[in-house]
This record gives sequence, C-alpha cells and structure tokens, in this order.
Amino acid sequence: MRDSNRPLIGKLDRRSFLRLTGLAGGGLMLGVTAGCSENDPPPPAFTADGKPAFQPNAYIQISEDGIVIYAPSPEIGQGVKTSLPMIAAEELDAAWDDVTVVQAPIDPERFPRQVAGGSTSIPGLWMPMRQAGAVARDMLVSAAALRWEVDAGEVETRDSMAVHRPTGRTLSYRELASAAAQLPVPDPDDVPLQSPDQWTLIGKRIGGVDNRPLVTGAPLFGIDKQLPDMVHASFVKCPAAGGRVKSANLDVVKRQPGVIDAFVVEGTGVPTELLDGVAIIARDTWCAFKAREVLEVDWDESSAAADSWQAAQDRARELAGGNGPEEVVDKGNVEKALEAAATRVEGFYQYAFVSHAQLEPQNTTGWFHDGKLELWAPTQTPQSALELVARVLDLDPADVTIHQMRAGGGFGRRLMNDYVVEAAAIAMRVDGPVKLTWKREDDMAHDFYRAGGFHALRAGLDADGRVTAWDNHFISFTHDGEEPVRGGGHDGNIDPGPFVRNYRITQTLLPWQVPTGYWRAPGSNVIAFAHQGFLHELSTAAGRDHLAFMLELLGKSRWLDEGSQWALHTGRTAGVIRKAAEAAGWGRDLPEGHGLGLAFYFSHAGHVAEVAEVSVGPNRRVDVHRVTVAADVGPIVNLSGAENQVKGSVIDGLSAMLGQRVTFEAGRAQELNFHQYPLLRIPRAPEVDVHFIQSDYPPTGLGEPALPPLAPAVANAIFAATGERVRRMPLTAAGFS
Amino acid sequence: MRLKVNGRDHEVSPIREDTPLLWVLRDHLGLVGTKFGCGIAQCGACTVLLDGTPVYACQLPASALEGRDITTIEGLAGADGTLHPVQQAWIDHDVPQCGYCQAGQMLRAAALLAQNPSPSVDQVDAALAPSLCRCGTYNRIRSATLDAAAALASDATAGAAAVTGGDHA
Ligand code: FES
Ligand code: FES
Repeated sequence: MRDSNRPLIGKLDRRSFLRLTGLAGGGLMLGVTAGCSENDPPPPAFTADGKPAFQPNAYIQISEDGIVIYAPSPEIGQGVKTSLPMIAAEELDAAWDDVTVVQAPIDPERFPRQVAGGSTSIPGLWMPMRQAGAVARDMLVSAAALRWEVDAGEVETRDSMAVHRPTGRTLSYRELASAAAQLPVPDPDDVPLQSPDQWTLIGKRIGGVDNRPLVTGAPLFGIDKQLPDMVHASFVKCPAAGGRVKSANLDVVKRQPGVIDAFVVEGTGVPTELLDGVAIIARDTWCAFKAREVLEVDWDESSAAADSWQAAQDRARELAGGNGPEEVVDKGNVEKALEAAATRVEGFYQYAFVSHAQLEPQNTTGWFHDGKLELWAPTQTPQSALELVARVLDLDPADVTIHQMRAGGGFGRRLMNDYVVEAAAIAMRVDGPVKLTWKREDDMAHDFYRAGGFHALRAGLDADGRVTAWDNHFISFTHDGEEPVRGGGHDGNIDPGPFVRNYRITQTLLPWQVPTGYWRAPGSNVIAFAHQGFLHELSTAAGRDHLAFMLELLGKSRWLDEGSQWALHTGRTAGVIRKAAEAAGWGRDLPEGHGLGLAFYFSHAGHVAEVAEVSVGPNRRVDVHRVTVAADVGPIVNLSGAENQVKGSVIDGLSAMLGQRVTFEAGRAQELNFHQYPLLRIPRAPEVDVHFIQSDYPPTGLGEPALPPLAPAVANAIFAATGERVRRMPLTAAGFS
Repeated sequence: MRLKVNGRDHEVSPIREDTPLLWVLRDHLGLVGTKFGCGIAQCGACTVLLDGTPVYACQLPASALEGRDITTIEGLAGADGTLHPVQQAWIDHDVPQCGYCQAGQMLRAAALLAQNPSPSVDQVDAALAPSLCRCGTYNRIRSATLDAAAALASDATAGAAAVTGGDHA
C-alpha cells in the first residue's frame, strides 16, 4: 500500500473531450455493459506524470503506473483517508497493496462532500465510494472481455486483475486501463454492487495510509507547511471576545529582534469570520511570539464579551426550582403524573464549558501571489473555508485555493475557519508566504467552547418501580435572546423521552456572549451525562437492577421512527446494552471498593452502550480500571480504525469528565494552557474493550457516538462503588481528583 | 552556533539568543517532525532526545546545546531507512489517530527501551506520562511499546509491516 500526496490531473471537461475525439456514444460496447448505450466514455485523464489514465469518476484513476484512489475528506485523526478509499477498493476488487491513496484537492464540482463533521463521512460517502469502485470494475471487465473476445459474463475480478474463468487467463487493471478509458461510463445505478459475503477488504484491520510518514516525522500537518522565504505570523486578539483595537504600540513591536512588520487587522466583529487583532510578522515563530511580550493594545471592549461563569452558575441555581419559560417538549401530563407517583426523585446536574484542545494549535499558511490567494489549512470544512475567505476578503472564489492538510485533531473546533480567515487576511498584506501559528493560549482563549449547562431533573416512579414522569428544566445560554447558543440546545424528545408517557423539557436561556461551538458529539456529550445518570438514580430509587430496568424501559423491538435508519431502534439498543453488560461481567463479584456503571446513548445514528469499572481511592481519586463498549453502527469498514475511534472517544470522554473546564470572568477564559486544563495522561488511561455488533443496516459514523455514554457510565460506577451520586462535571469540581 | 542533530552538524544562527531548540529545529532546520503543542513543558509534543534522554525542546535554548547529541523523530530510523522497532510496532499496532503527538511518544518509548529493555506496563506508563495524546491512543501506545521491547529482545529487526491494529496490554 503506497501513499503519495502528488498533485492531480486537471479539471475534467467532458464536452471538449467529446468534441475532440468524436467518441460519444461508444456504441461498440453496448452488449457488454448493460443498458448504457447513451453513455459517454470518461473524459481524458492523466496521471501526475502526464501519462494517460483511466478515470471513470472523481475517485478512481488507473494507469500503467497503478491504481490511485482519491480520499475526498479531511483527515483529522478519524481515519477517513484510509476507510473511504477501502470502500472503493472493495468494489473495484483492487488488492489493497496496489492502491495509492491521494488526498483529493478541494473542488466542490468533483467532490461534492468534503467535510469532516457529524460522523457523516462513512454514511455520506458509503454509496458514492462503492459505486465509484463498481463502475470502474465494470468497465475493466468490459475491456477484458473485448480484448479476449469473450462474453463479459465469463470475466471475473480479483486482486487488481480480470480473470477469464474458463481459461484462467488474466489481465491486470494496469494493462486494461487504456482500453477501459475508451468505454462508455455506465450509469452507476445500473451497476450491481457486491454483497457483504463477497467482501474481502471491508471489515479487515487496515493500518492508516499515513502511518509510515507519520512515524518517520514527515511533514503532513498544516503546521508543518514550509515554503521558500516563508515568514511567520502571530496574531493577538482581545482576551474578551469581540474587543476592537483602538490603538497599539506597533512601533515598539516593530523594533523587536526578527520582527518584519506589525499591523492592525480590522475584523468583521463576527467570531466565526474575523476578529480585530494585531498581526506580528517575523523571521521565525519564536521572534513573533516573543514580540508579543512588548505589545500593548488599547482595546475597545464596549461590544466585547463580559460573561462570568460564576454568575451563570449562581443564576442557574436560583432558577432551578421552577420550570423554564419555553417548552421544548411536553407530552402527557407531567405535573399530574408526578403528583400521583409512588416515588419522586430530583437531581440537579451541571457541567462546565470545555475547550477542544486539539493538540495541533490553529495555523494556516497563506501566500498571495499573482492576484491569487493560496492557503494551506488544517480544517474540517475546507469547502466552506474557501467560500468564507472569499466573502470576508472580497475575493473571487476562483482566485482562492485551499490545500487540504492533515489536522492534528479536530473534535469540532475546525468546523470553524476563523484562523483560516486570519491567515488569509494577513497573507494579503505580506510579501511572500506567511505561516500563522497560534499559541496554545490563543487557542484556549479563542475557542468555540462546548457550552456549560444545567439540568434540574424530576421524575416519578409508580409502585412497581416504573418511570411514569420525567421533567427537565434545562438551563443553557443564548446570544440573541431567542435561540440556544451553537451546540447548547436540547434535542427534545431524546432518550428516555420516547419511553416515558409523561415527559417534559422546559428551557431557560441565559444571556451569553463568549462564542460556543460543536464539541465531539455536540449536545449528546452532556445530555447523556444528565439523563443517563438520572435514569440510574431512578432504578436505584426503585431498588431495581439497572440492566433489567433499562431493558424493560425499551419495550418491544422496533424503530422509533419507522423507515428512518437515523432513528433509534430499540432492538439494536437492547443488543448493545446486553452485549456490553455481558462482556463486562455485569453482576459479577468485584474487588473491594470497585463498582460497575452502565449507560447507553444514541447519537449520530450510532447505538452504543458502555460499562465502566471504577474505584475511588485516597484523596477521592477516581480510578477507571476498564471500560467495556458495545457499539452497533452497522458493518465496520476498517476494524482497526473503528476500534481506535471507540477507544479514543472513551479516553476523550474520561479526560473531559475528570478535570476539564474553562471558566470565564469579564468575558475572559481563565484556563489558558494544559497546566490549568488537564488532559488525561497514560497512567490513568483505562483499557478499553471494544465489541461491535455488525448489523446489516447501512453503516453509520463512529467518530462521535462512543463518547456520550462514558460520563454517565463512570458516574454510575462511582455511585456503585461509593454510594455517592455525581451530578457535576468535571469531577474535580465535585471534589474528586 | 553548531548543532548536532541526528548525527549531522548544522550551522545555525537563530535571531534571538533565547530561541528554544523547538523553533530552531522547525523554522531554521526544516525538521518539522518535532511538534509544538503548548510551549510550557506540559504536552511533550516537542520531545527530542538529548544524549539519549527525552527533553522538552520548547524549554531548552538551542544555544546551550552545542556539542550535544540531539535526536529527533527524523533520526529515529536507521540511515538506510530501516525503522526503529518502536516505529515498526507503531505501524503494526496502527497506533496513530491524528498522529500529532506520536513523534514525542515514540522517542520516549525508544529512550525507555534503550535503558530498560523489558519494562512493565507501569514503567511504560511512567516513562510516557509526559506526552499527552489528545486522541486517546494510550492503549495501543502501551501494547506497541511492549511489542517493540519484545522485538528488541529477540533481536528481531522489525518484522513485516503487514499486520495492523492488534490490541492488548
Ligand atoms: S510544546 Fe513542549 S511540552 Fe508542549
Ligand atoms: S494521535 Fe492525536 S494527539 Fe495523539
């Protein structure tokens, strides 16, 4: 398996090709590939070295040099540069070792979907990648049949070659490429796809295609970009989001060693676009960073954020007793059911704001030359970055190029492209290429944080210990007085809503200005903590076993929204809950002081259950010994990558739960680097035991859904181990260590 | 000043006297495998080996390192491109997710094994604790390090690169 980051062929232009060659129709092939008499051969294509190539679609290119599969989407550590090409290679019947994966250029016309977000890469590109491979294979089969003058039905494929079944003759795809390039491209919907029992690649453990360059330190990441005569930039914004530059001592800054220039960049005032700041341009990164120490800026904070996390917490606590002014969902009669309940339970859950803290700080390299702007950016949304840059800087999108760079983590932070716009704005004023690098402190002070929030929960149980009422007063934040902040909404009728007859969520939105955003499994990552923790309070109050309690709640096996594979399926839910419980040894005798906690969550169409084994030691130190995960996201494409995503989600969930929070005073983030914002270190990382239930529903994404169940599983396990209920994240804010 | 990096001497003249090794490597020598993560000795992304010992390159002024042996991730493999057993194990176990932290992780693992050829899991944990992995690859870091130790012990020079992703610890 080879990989390269070679440049690509030029734009496909079907019409001019047809004019040139007069090959339209390609009727010769009619009997070979069914029903494609109206179809055209693919436009001419060439390899990076200028050799003619067979390129039936955007994703696949075969020449005498070999097989190239384009990885369309940004690689941020979720493994799509490997898993998406695997899907096409499977249908193509290419031997994986023969495939060279190339990161696709940003080109919405060729690649309609270049985004890493919402765990959508696999579900969104599953069918296009399969069809891309199947169409290419179909044409190669036709080419072989023609060459041998046999019926295509006698030709099969394996390991990057066509095989004539009756005679055993073979032709490699490389040998067939030029002939296949002359054939009409069939309608993808007419080309049969393999059935799962024919898969030889999907479901295997395949190492990441960039592993070799990664372990040898090759320059892959955005921050690694180097260009001749490149200079370096640092950008200083107001510590309170939205502050504007009144004045700055630029002359003093310009006299610092290595500093080439310093200037004020005027922003649009919109955090997702471009905020005001001072750019320092220097010969190296260190000079740019050091020059900041003498920079003095007089900020106009009249429209800047002034939020206080402490004040928000105090206010939420005051409000918790009542209901919110807005109803998110109201089903049955909650008040009446609560009155009639045999047992009533209450709990106030809260969690702080957190930062994304992807390990590679924000950066982008920009170069404005010949009237065009070139950008090298690690972003989750390169296509929208391009549009945004063009709009904010008033450029023609055709004059902006974005090169996809590997991202050292994303987690939702790089859905926003503020740093790309900053680099672009700076590059417009610098002669030659310039790399903008954020300090970690910039990153933590100017994140789009996961919003903190509060859930005042009440529920009722009947005499048999069944949930009859559920009431949640959800307290979140708003920028505009109407909508919840980004990532700070409540999804309404979610788990366990559908299973409780009387169910209500009301909402209070507190005014808030600091930007928020999407953080791995947005919404779910915190609501799971509150709801699944509280559900355990209910089974405990009812004196029931939590596993049995959860299964009973689900009722019979069914889709909650018949016909939608994006809906929760109670059978799949029960399946993962049972599997996780069984694999973790639910109910077994545990070492002294240990407890097991079980939680389930449905997010991003993934059904995931987790069991955590926890003990709490001296200094209230929480030790998570093992986490057992059962996930049903349909068929697994790359077993190795999929396990990585699950393990990573669990570690990430625990890391955030234990000690991470960003607090704000006067609109300023108070935690600015890892000494104040601890990431989990290896000694405290539990072993994560991963089980997949590979149902035959179409596959869904796995970057996010394994995260939400972790926090409630740990909280429930702490209760099982100690009898102490955890209703607050991070745990350090609840006195744990 | 002269810096000896991966066995080669480099003449460098950083602009500021106090320039940390990290930025000399990245901005002046073009050795960008050493990463910037925090700048305050917290994340270990900038880890390099100084005379075989892991250090934070963001903390050490390059000017103090003349005559010392500096190994970066670019220098971990043999001159002929043969991977260090740690690198091979990282590939075999498909350790990287985003991969940003892994240079630091591998250098720490290599330094550990050079000094303790058959570490326990706890010793692996202790040696790698300074390096953060935001993506949570810790399970595989453990198993890959133990495997690399076994490979070194059996004096096997890194087996074929085909196997991937096994997990255990
Ligand atoms: S960059 Fe040196 S320890 Fe983080
Ligand atoms: S692999 Fe992403 S930080 Fe370790």
